[in-house]
Amino acid sequence: MIYDQARYTEDETKHEPLLSEKDETTVEVGGSDSPLPDELTRDKLTLPSLSEPELARHYTRLSQMNWSIDSGPYPLGSCTMKYNPKFTEDVAADRNAAIHPDRSTDSSQGNLELLCGLQEYLATIGGMDAVTLQPPAGAAGEFTGILIAKAYHDHHGNDRSEVIIPASAHGTNFATAAMAGYDVVELPSDEGGRVDLEALKAAVSEETAALMLTNPNTVGLFERDIVEIAETVHDVGGLLYYDGANLNALLGRGRPGDMGFDIMHYNVHKTFATPHGGGGPGAGPVGVVEELAEFLPRPRVRQTDDGGYEQFAPDKSIGKVHGFAGNWLVLIKAYAYIARLGDAGLADASAKAVLNANYLAEQLDMEVPYGPFHHEFAVTAGDRDAADVAKRMLDFGVHPPTTKWPEMVPEAMLTEPTEIESRRTLDTLAEAFNAAYTDSDEAIETAPLRTTASRIDQVSAARNPQLSWHAVDEE
Amino acid sequence: MKNTDGSPFAPHTADETAAMLAALEADSEVDLFDIPDKVAFDGDFGIDARSEQEIRGELQRLFTRNDDLTEFMGRGHYSHYVPSLVDHLSDRAEFLTSYTQYQPEITQGFLQALFEYQSMVVELTGLPVANCSMYDAATGLAEAALLADRVRETTGDTVLVPKYLRDGKRSVLENYVDGADLSVRSYPMADGNVDREALAELAGDETVMIYAETPTVRGTIEEDLNEIGEITADTEALFCLGSDLVALSLLEKPASVGADVVVGEADVIGLPTSYGMGLGIFATSEQYIRQVPGRLVGVSEDLDDRRAYTLTLQTREQHIRKERATSNICTNQAWVALRAAMHIAMLGSNGLVELAEDCVRDAAALAEQIDDLSGYQAPVHNRHHFREFVVRSNQPAQAVVKSLESAGFAIHAIDDHLLQICVTETNAHATDELLAALQEAS
Repeated sequence: MIYDQARYTEDETKHEPLLSEKDETTVEVGGSDSPLPDELTRDKLTLPSLSEPELARHYTRLSQMNWSIDSGPYPLGSCTMKYNPKFTEDVAADRNAAIHPDRSTDSSQGNLELLCGLQEYLATIGGMDAVTLQPPAGAAGEFTGILIAKAYHDHHGNDRSEVIIPASAHGTNFATAAMAGYDVVELPSDEGGRVDLEALKAAVSEETAALMLTNPNTVGLFERDIVEIAETVHDVGGLLYYDGANLNALLGRGRPGDMGFDIMHYNVHKTFATPHGGGGPGAGPVGVVEELAEFLPRPRVRQTDDGGYEQFAPDKSIGKVHGFAGNWLVLIKAYAYIARLGDAGLADASAKAVLNANYLAEQLDMEVPYGPFHHEFAVTAGDRDAADVAKRMLDFGVHPPTTKWPEMVPEAMLTEPTEIESRRTLDTLAEAFNAAYTDSDEAIETAPLRTTASRIDQVSAARNPQLSWHAVDEE
Repeated sequence: MKNTDGSPFAPHTADETAAMLAALEADSEVDLFDIPDKVAFDGDFGIDARSEQEIRGELQRLFTRNDDLTEFMGRGHYSHYVPSLVDHLSDRAEFLTSYTQYQPEITQGFLQALFEYQSMVVELTGLPVANCSMYDAATGLAEAALLADRVRETTGDTVLVPKYLRDGKRSVLENYVDGADLSVRSYPMADGNVDREALAELAGDETVMIYAETPTVRGTIEEDLNEIGEITADTEALFCLGSDLVALSLLEKPASVGADVVVGEADVIGLPTSYGMGLGIFATSEQYIRQVPGRLVGVSEDLDDRRAYTLTLQTREQHIRKERATSNICTNQAWVALRAAMHIAMLGSNGLVELAEDCVRDAAALAEQIDDLSGYQAPVHNRHHFREFVVRSNQPAQAVVKSLESAGFAIHAIDDHLLQICVTETNAHATDELLAALQEAS
């Protein structure tokens, strides 16, 4: 497959002009017609003022210069770029659902029922006892979970200082633990790529607040010693945290709650197919075991004896992690997706995700150092530069995988095709991998050629940051 | 639809599945899993699969269980009319179904749109550095306090916030600063605005950041932001100002009153009422550029010497800096930022300022009409207002709210005898009926 991306080129210096290069209109603010005295207003405001047809073209062109899951495969590892069913957009656009978060309980029973229903779905899928839907993203879910762990330890009079995290974990885990005030203890992997149980036993202590674990881990391996890992952490009074980024490998075949995890987050924009929106919004609900339910963010939602729904603040709630109820529109879409699939569909999604990853890896002329993997795998570019190989793949009608991460695999290309790709598409993807991997040094170093922009100079962007059209004008 | 037994979004036919398994020399998909039996799950979730049509019907019925009320509500979540262009263009799959721009060469379109959003925030705040989104205003405020803690060399550990502050903002802030051992303390208000004398007395060596809002959560417009800026500068704390993208088009530029960081509701624009879903502003000055949380889009050139956009200064971020990152944020609110930029572009400078002026005029006019009713005084605070204002009622506030609900309206009760009412172009058509219902409730 060859891909030529749309490329609107204004002149030798730029592609589609900025809105500000199409128009700048300055309006004087204040003066005799103003409803406010001049000392309370600004002097002027300069923004583009363009007609609707001009804007429709501007944004249509920008969209054409952008890759998406509807354009083609998007196998970013640990990102679970699935197809986002169109009907979920229509469901979320229901104007009856578009209410203010301060509405009375009586007048918002529909929204509360949806929240309650989604809580129940997620609890049963994860094997958890109670769920909050408030965290607006995966990292926010991690932060919520670690705050719950902290509140739990505080409540029991234990002032613990450390969170243990495997070296292969997502960067957010480390940042989350640090934000919550914990020291990070980094855990090395064993030779097989999994948690080194002996190293874990040496690392845990009375200072251990929690172990944050992704399972399957970031090279797709299931932590076979999970029961021993859980015992080791629980024996010192620590809690086991599940990073839900890779839950798409487990649906219907394994539940974190059954493995000994006490707290988990769900990435609904990954596992439950809500659109990634160019970077967000997602949602990061958090599930906990019964013993931790009293620490969940307020308000919680529950069904009442008369079949209605109510909100309440748990006794020892950590408080709030979002100004309101989180990313509401995303939560509606997640509910609709889960309802569409049901038990069999969810289990099949994971089965096909794992089948696709294994089938794709089998077609590659490259080495996958760790296995057996599940829904994702880290293939190595060996003596080639993984970032260069990835850039060359852009010319072949596919988005490349996550590159140079995790670090345990040299020149890693972390690949997660998800269940939505057909065998035919996986073959195309494999051809792109293999062609890029075996291409000449010159070809991969100067790639891509067919995208809107050719290779972008990252260094000068960081050395001389220009973050607005004002800054561009000054250059 | 091919795969009728399993996920409707997995395209495999039985033959294809069999061929793929054969290529792997596996008997079944289950053989590919490496989950020990003792933790494997073989139960049911009990979730029945439904058709697309069934789910649409089910949720349509479910959402009608929300009462159909005309809302005059605000306090941090607002409703402005969103032009159709915003829905239609932001819903283009190339935008909606893409992700973070890890490969900028193939995602120039979204990067440019986010760069344009950042530029609009820069114009509105007067501060030169704006990120391309926080989750919401509350988490933006919390991140500002963490930035203040990183950059201030004082020994202080106190964040000062107004007494009138949305509970969600205060609670999120307390949660975020707990790990940095900061404490949050309130300063008093005087007739709805900052009590500047009291603030000056409270501020000192201990202060890491002073936060103020305009408009405030009660809808009042601060009258002497310069003095708050000076108080903050005297203590060498950071001045964090909260506002929203509509109000900023009319009110004093934060940069000109000494604000070091601007946070607040960007979701006032581009996003209709959506149960509190948000988009947080984060803007700051040049000197803190390497301390900013979240993603930044910058400009560079490609090999053909053409301008190109890319995520930049990524060494601040969690995927590179891990526990030393400026924040743990990864997935953000990019698509909501795209919508905000589209809406601002649709309004243009004139339209945006006119919208903001209407927020002042309409609030003043409605307050005056309510004040003319017997049993109500409005506005309670003798200030200029933006969109919303506080009303004192002779009847208990909760009773008034209940009575209004049965008449088809939703407003806030914020104290025993205090109501709060918010008016924009989305509910202005119903003010006469609201007035009649209020009169009825008195």
